[in-house]
Amino acid sequence: MTAGPLLIGCATGFSGDRTDGALPIVQTLAARGGGALIFETLAERTLALAQLARNANPDSGYEPLLDDLLNPILATCLQHNIRIVSNFGAANPQGAARRIAELARAQGLPMPRIAVIHGDALTRPEQHALLRERLGPAFDQKEVVSATAYLGATEIAAALRAGAEIVVAGRVSDPSLTLGPALAHYGWAEDDWTRLGRATMAGHMLECGTQVTGGYFCVPGLKDVPGIHAAGYPIAEIDADGGFVITKPEGTGGVVDARTVKEQLLYEVHDPARYFTPDVVADISRASVHALAPDRIAVNGITGHARPDELKVNVCHRGGWLAEAEISYAGVQAEARARLAADMVQQRIGNALRIRTDLIGVTSILGDDAGNLLQEQPVGRARDVRLRLAAEHADTRVAERLLREVTALYCCGPAGGGGVRTSLRPRLNMLSCTIPRDAVHSGWTMEDFQ
Amino acid sequence: MITTTTQPAPSQTVSVPLYRLAHSRTGDKGNISNISLIAWDTECYDVLVEHVTDARVADWFDYRQPSRVTRYLIPTLDAMNFVLEGVLDGGVNDALNLDTHGKSLSFHLLDLPVPVSTTLAARLPDVPGDTWSPN
Repeated sequence: MTAGPLLIGCATGFSGDRTDGALPIVQTLAARGGGALIFETLAERTLALAQLARNANPDSGYEPLLDDLLNPILATCLQHNIRIVSNFGAANPQGAARRIAELARAQGLPMPRIAVIHGDALTRPEQHALLRERLGPAFDQKEVVSATAYLGATEIAAALRAGAEIVVAGRVSDPSLTLGPALAHYGWAEDDWTRLGRATMAGHMLECGTQVTGGYFCVPGLKDVPGIHAAGYPIAEIDADGGFVITKPEGTGGVVDARTVKEQLLYEVHDPARYFTPDVVADISRASVHALAPDRIAVNGITGHARPDELKVNVCHRGGWLAEAEISYAGVQAEARARLAADMVQQRIGNALRIRTDLIGVTSILGDDAGNLLQEQPVGRARDVRLRLAAEHADTRVAERLLREVTALYCCGPAGGGGVRTSLRPRLNMLSCTIPRDAVHSGWTMEDFQ
Repeated sequence: MITTTTQPAPSQTVSVPLYRLAHSRTGDKGNISNISLIAWDTECYDVLVEHVTDARVADWFDYRQPSRVTRYLIPTLDAMNFVLEGVLDGGVNDALNLDTHGKSLSFHLLDLPVPVSTTLAARLPDVPGDTWSPN
C-alpha cells in the first residue's frame, strides 16, 4: 500500500442496503494506490436469521446478496491492492469464503488468498455453562438460535499481515472492520489506546454507509442534500496517528459536511467519553470537526482508553408469534369508526391478547404499547385512517385470533372498512451479557481453494 | 396597580420549535434510545444548554415512561446527547410498535418549544407553513 493515508471505503451499512455502492469507492481507491473496502452487513438479529437459514440449508447462512456485492468489484480489488474485509460471513463464514472462490473462478481470476475468522459462535458446552451462569435461569428456558461474541480487530489484522486479500468474518464489532486494516497497515501496538480510539471512530463513521454522506439526513427546506438518490458511500483517510478525514467518491451524490459527520459521530453512542468496543473504549467527548474542502471533513480530538475486560455476547432465541392486522376507513367519522373497530376487537378477544392500537393518519408512531397517548387524545375528525392492531403470543393459535377478528370486520365491523391485510410471523428475541475474553477461542485460517 | 417607575423594556422572547435551533438523529440499543441534538452554531447551543435539560426531555417523552434520561454535553461539537432508558416498549425484538427502533423519536424531540430572543429567532431557519404550535 502507499505511504500516504490509508484509504478505507464502506459499501454497505446493513444487510439489505444498496448493492451498487462499492464501484465508485473501488475506482477511487484504485486510482490512489489501493486500500481496503469493507461491507458491514450484520445488525443484531441478522446473524440469528442467517443461522436459521443455515439450519435449513448447510450451504447458506452467509449474506444472501454476496454475489451482487462482490461480482462488480472483485477483479479490480485484486488487481489494485484493495483488501476486502467484511462480516458478510454471518453464520457461515467458510461457506461465504467458498462462494467467493467460486466467483473468482467463474471470472477467470487468479485464486485470491481468503482468510476466515472463527470463534465468534459460542457452541461449546463450557461456553453455554458460562452463559447460563451470566444470564441465569432465563438461558435454559429459551430455544436458543444463536449465541455469538463480538470479536475485535486482532484476528482481522493478523490475517491481513499474513497476506490475506479477502477477510471473511461473522460477528465482529462493526468498527473492527476498519480498525483491522488500520492495525495491519500501521502496525500500532494493541494497547495504543489513542490511535485505536481514533481509527475505531473512523470505523464508526463508515459502518452505516451513506448515513455520513447525506443518507438518513435530508429534511426538505432545513437540511437539503444534492443528488440524494445516488448518494456516494463513504471513504475514510486514516493517518499514521489514527486521525481521519471523511470523504466520498467524486461524481457521486450526497454530501459530507460538518452536520452529517456530527450526526453519525453520535449515532448509537451513549456516554461520549466511553464508546465500548472489543478493541478500545473510544472517547469523543472533546472531538471536533473541521471542513477542509467540499465533501472533506477532518475529525480531531478523539482519544481512547483501555479496552473492556470482557466481550459482549448476544443470545438470540425464539420468541412468540407477532400478529399484525390492518383495515382502512375514509370519509365522515372515519376516525370514530376506526376507534370503534379497535374497541370491538378488544372486547371480543378480552384478556387473551394484549393488543396495541395505532391509527395511521392520527397517531401511529409516537404512541406507546399501552395506548395511553391515543386514549388521551379526543376523537378527531380524520377522514383517511388506517387502523393497525398488533399483539404477540407464544401460542400461534391465540395470536391468530387477532387476524381472524380483524378480517371479520369486513362484514361485522363499522361501515366502510376496507383493505384488510394480516400477517403472522415468528419473533426472535435477544439476551445480552459479557463473558471473559479467555472463554472465547477466536482465530483465523487462510483457506485453500487452489 | 399604578406605578410611576420607568422599567427598561424587557427583551422580547418568542417560543420556537427546537428544529429551528438544531438537528438530531436517533440510535437504539436494546430498550435504550439515544437522541443526539446538534445546534446549528454556538449561540444556538447555549440556548439548548439552558433550556433543553434532561428533566424537560424526560417530561416531553413522559408517555413513553423513560426509566431514566441522561444528558451528555459535547461543547466542542455544539452538541448534546440524550440517553433515554426504557422508552422503546422493549426494543426492536419485543415492541409491538411499528417503529420498533424508535427511529422517529428524534423528530418528536425537535418539536419541543424553546424560548429564544426575537433577535435570534429572526435569523433561524424556518419551515414556512408548518403546523407546529407551542401548545
